[in-house]
Amino acid sequence: QNYPLYIRSTPTENELKFHYMVHTSLDVVDEKISAMGKALVDQRELYLGLLYPTEDYKVYGYVTNSKVKFVMVVDSSNTALRDNEIRSMFRKLHNSYTDVMCNPFYNPGDRIQSRAFDNMVTSMMIQVC
Amino acid sequence: MADAVLFEFLHTEMVTELWAPDPDAGSGGKKKSLSVLEGLGFRVGQALGERLPRETLAFREELDALKFLCKDLWAAMFQKHMDGLRTNHQGTYVLQDNSFPLLVTMGSGSQYLEEAPKVSGMVQDMPICPTLLGLSWGSGLASPLPTVFLAFTCGLLCGALHTLGFQSLVTASVAALPACRFQVVIQKS
Repeated sequence: QNYPLYIRSTPTENELKFHYMVHTSLDVVDEKISAMGKALVDQRELYLGLLYPTEDYKVYGYVTNSKVKFVMVVDSSNTALRDNEIRSMFRKLHNSYTDVMCNPFYNPGDRIQSRAFDNMVTSMMIQVC
Repeated sequence: MADAVLFEFLHTEMVTELWAPDPDAGSGGKKKSLSVLEGLGFRVGQALGERLPRETLAFREELDALKFLCKDLWAAMFQKHMDGLRTNHQGTYVLQDNSFPLLVTMGSGSQYLEEAPKVSGMVQDMPICPTLLGLSWGSGLASPLPTVFLAFTCGLLCGALHTLGFQSLVTASVAALPACRFQVVIQKS
């Protein structure tokens, strides 16, 4: 089941819309994962403008070896974001998630409540917006 | 590098502490300490399963995950690779280690085996505390030393596989010190 471990958005109005978008994009992620089994693609996947092209949002996805999915929704009006910046953001997310996982006080499967993780996400969002 | 030795000492102390005979617990006490050791290994395995495969490509099938266990996980934990991996291609894998570092200090040969006890652990739906099933040591009074030292590692394998998405049953057995064998059966859900 695909329940969220962590979800955060800014600005905070329209939050429900972002939640909904993330949820629907999970279907696309699952489809890509199952397709990946045949092709020789590496673990990082990146996709653009797949959902809601009219609303100018770009949705990026990333899957780890442990089947944890990261989904990022960005505003298309912010055209300064390049591919490698997105990749580095996902890498930072993955590293922070690994740190959370290695924390002995964290039970895998719980919602993430680590402040370090929160701070990292905040700093990333400030950088983008 | 002193790292490996530090872990070996810690592991030995963990086993000694958890294995301290409990006068009123009887056989229930022994089972509990083995499952505690296995639970420890499981949680560590989950964390390692997250951290180690970070830069590697996606595992396309079970065999890739098992190869990762034999090479990367074993190298990170014990600074050596697993000596042998056999499979029947139907979900059962046998991992053979001819010189398991946690058993090397016990002296080679079959002096300390007495019986050939087995340890098994299984992960159920809520895998935070795997429970231990099917413990047997023959006459019941012989020293199950080798098995106790393998419980943590069984949990480790189980936990790492769980993070990679496979439910498994890991059993360990010792034929002659310090060689040991881990049997991994992947459960199909």
